[in-house]
Amino acid sequence: MNVRVKRIFPAAVAMLVGLGSTTLTALAAGSSAPTAAPPGGVLEAIMFYAVAIATVVSALGVCVSRNVVRMAVWLFLTLGSVALLYFLLAASFLGAIQLIIYAGGTLILLVFGVMLTSKSPWVRWEAPKLEVLGAGVVCLALFVTLSLVLCRASWPGAEAALPGAPVADIGRRLLTAYVVPFEVAGVLLMIVMVGAAHLARQEK
Amino acid sequence: MTQISVPWHPKARQVGRSFLPKWLEVLLLKLMGPILICAVIVTCLFVWASNALFLWVQTGLMETANDAALTTYFSGPLTLAEIKTGMPGALAWLAFAIWPLQFPLFRDVISTTGVIIFFTIVPVFAIWWERKVAGRIQSRLGPMRVGKWHGWAQSPADGIKLILKEDLVPDDADRILFRVAPYFAIIPSAAAFLALPFGVTYVFRDLDVSLIFILALLGVEVVAVILGGWASNNKWSVYGGMREACQMISYEIPMGMALLVPVVCVGSLSLMDIGQAQSGGWFSWLAFSNPFAFLAFVSYFIASLASCKRAPFDLPEAESELVAGFLTEYSGFRWALFFFAEYAAMFVVAGVLVIMFLGGWNSPLPLSWGDWVISTIGDNWIAQGINGILFSGPLWFVTKATFFLFVQLWVRWTLPRVRIDQVLYACVQVLLPLTMVLLFGATLWVWASASDSGAWAAVNGVVNVILGLVGVMFVAGFVAIAAYGFYHRRRLVGNLVIDPLPGG
Amino acid sequence: MMTIGLSHYLVVAAALFCAGIFTMMTKRNAIGILIGVELVLNSTVLNLVAFACYLYRGAGKVDGQIFAIFVIVLAAAEAAIAVGICINLYKNWWTVDVDKASTLQG
Repeated sequence: MNVRVKRIFPAAVAMLVGLGSTTLTALAAGSSAPTAAPPGGVLEAIMFYAVAIATVVSALGVCVSRNVVRMAVWLFLTLGSVALLYFLLAASFLGAIQLIIYAGGTLILLVFGVMLTSKSPWVRWEAPKLEVLGAGVVCLALFVTLSLVLCRASWPGAEAALPGAPVADIGRRLLTAYVVPFEVAGVLLMIVMVGAAHLARQEK
Repeated sequence: MTQISVPWHPKARQVGRSFLPKWLEVLLLKLMGPILICAVIVTCLFVWASNALFLWVQTGLMETANDAALTTYFSGPLTLAEIKTGMPGALAWLAFAIWPLQFPLFRDVISTTGVIIFFTIVPVFAIWWERKVAGRIQSRLGPMRVGKWHGWAQSPADGIKLILKEDLVPDDADRILFRVAPYFAIIPSAAAFLALPFGVTYVFRDLDVSLIFILALLGVEVVAVILGGWASNNKWSVYGGMREACQMISYEIPMGMALLVPVVCVGSLSLMDIGQAQSGGWFSWLAFSNPFAFLAFVSYFIASLASCKRAPFDLPEAESELVAGFLTEYSGFRWALFFFAEYAAMFVVAGVLVIMFLGGWNSPLPLSWGDWVISTIGDNWIAQGINGILFSGPLWFVTKATFFLFVQLWVRWTLPRVRIDQVLYACVQVLLPLTMVLLFGATLWVWASASDSGAWAAVNGVVNVILGLVGVMFVAGFVAIAAYGFYHRRRLVGNLVIDPLPGG
Repeated sequence: MMTIGLSHYLVVAAALFCAGIFTMMTKRNAIGILIGVELVLNSTVLNLVAFACYLYRGAGKVDGQIFAIFVIVLAAAEAAIAVGICINLYKNWWTVDVDKASTLQG
């Protein structure tokens, strides 16, 4: 390959990836008013299939990777694709929450854990091949069973997605009907903070 | 000014030989300023015209052609004949060009391209400007040679150089993660521009939750930093990456809480709603509505400086301590991508500050005065243009956001660097309790204002006016000090030494 | 196939679930097992949100999303504690291999 082309290649790929993913994010992030129905049609189907395939491929990447840091990267891609699925479902608040808490919080926690507990980036522990094969067969059977059941079940009234709800509804429900779980979750998070700080303390 | 005389070797070639004839070069040099200004004005007019065109196609044309239900993507488009009936007679031959614009997908692709062009231009301009500001603060001039007028072409030239550099990947590094980390940095920065409104109709997607969307994307950038540090297989990179991630995620909490104060005042998470709630002139801006909101404005600015790893909190990038932090092994275009992401995030953060606290795209004059313009001239596109410049328009947003970008650059080259434990102390023990108190206080203030009590309304008004006057004082003080510095610049700066090029 | 129905999202969630279980079964690194747990929790949340967006109407429309928010929050809390446990494991036994964490076995 010509040297010049090789140098410009990462730039071109970066621009294409940036353009493509931002377009996808934008198109998935809902069109006009938040209470409009997510429109059906070919474009929505294409977007759903693209994001769903990305999700499943990233999840398979998590299973197949042998290096924990790469597993974390595939997990990041899975979390991002699931957030895009939430945007497609017109649950945009939940998509943003997924990105903030999962991709920007839990994943970083896991990566910190990986870095603090690894001696070298190239250590690989593998389970015996027989166990992997058995696990694979079991999981595949489970997946096939679940999909058959889910595709054959008929959900009354679930033909098309309903219009999305505005965010104010979520806030109102949280503070009226679900105020007790809300407060309990706050107390639980405080307990978790204290517990994590205790677990990670320096031994004198 | 001291002249250093360099002996001129007879065989030396003149550096920077240009391809143009001498008279053209002199003419271009004289006109460089006006040419740049004209380019900026033409770009602004082009953006305004295309926005107006899209709006007209979306609402006017579709309604005139009696097919208002055709807003789905591929079902039943308007034919050329139907478009021609909806257009003014003289321009009916342009129906060919208008036909693809009726599909929202096509308009989206054009808008995305515009967003990506803006996203590319902002860091290029910001990097040049930072070097000039840094130079001036340090009693020197910054780049002066590339492009002949204050080195305006330094950034594009650097960009071209970086693309042509050798593509280095360290030997023991994780090759795939090393290559992928800059993309994880740049995609969230670019996607944040999609939810950022520049004006009332100048937004790519008016999301219901645009504020949280932008916060989420800024939080995803941390992953790129950690991956970049880890994948370099270099312990300085790992230290830099970990410190940086720690700092960025710690400061997201006071940033989010400070941003919740205007949300509580307005009652919506949508940046468009918050911007439109401040259209009543200087005293309706949320920073001046509430002493808690004023302090939230200041604490959001500080927290966003740390979250962008800028200014006094740039220990992870400290050149004198960790080589270059997580960027140590990155060179060429990958390094440029990280820097693009950083400067674009700086602009997004400044833009969010402007929308949430300082009126967004509204000018200090109330929007209701625009009705006088419309009643005088009539409700046509000229009146809308004048209203856009005077009262509410994307130019105001870009100006204000650029000013806060300048403040970020200014603070970086003025304040000394803060140690990492001081950084975390400032976050957890100062900013976090402060923003909690501010959020609580703002909630109580808004709750009290919602009750129809005359005495409270009076107190509210007085506080509003006082805070507004404090703001005016700050702006006037800035202008006065800048004017004083400009007027006395020769005396204050000292001897600026400019070395001539050999033979020049 | 063109109209995306509820079962499409449920099948994606089932795939995530099975991938998570496979990861939990075959990885020996404790953090790897945690990543599997995160996948399983993600599939749960996707299920909840899909049901909320397709089936419910009226006042209780957003209940599924609220349930999903709580699950996400709890998953983050549990991941924090689990990572703390792994770091303690590493501090005491210098390994996070779960096959070797067998002091209490038998």
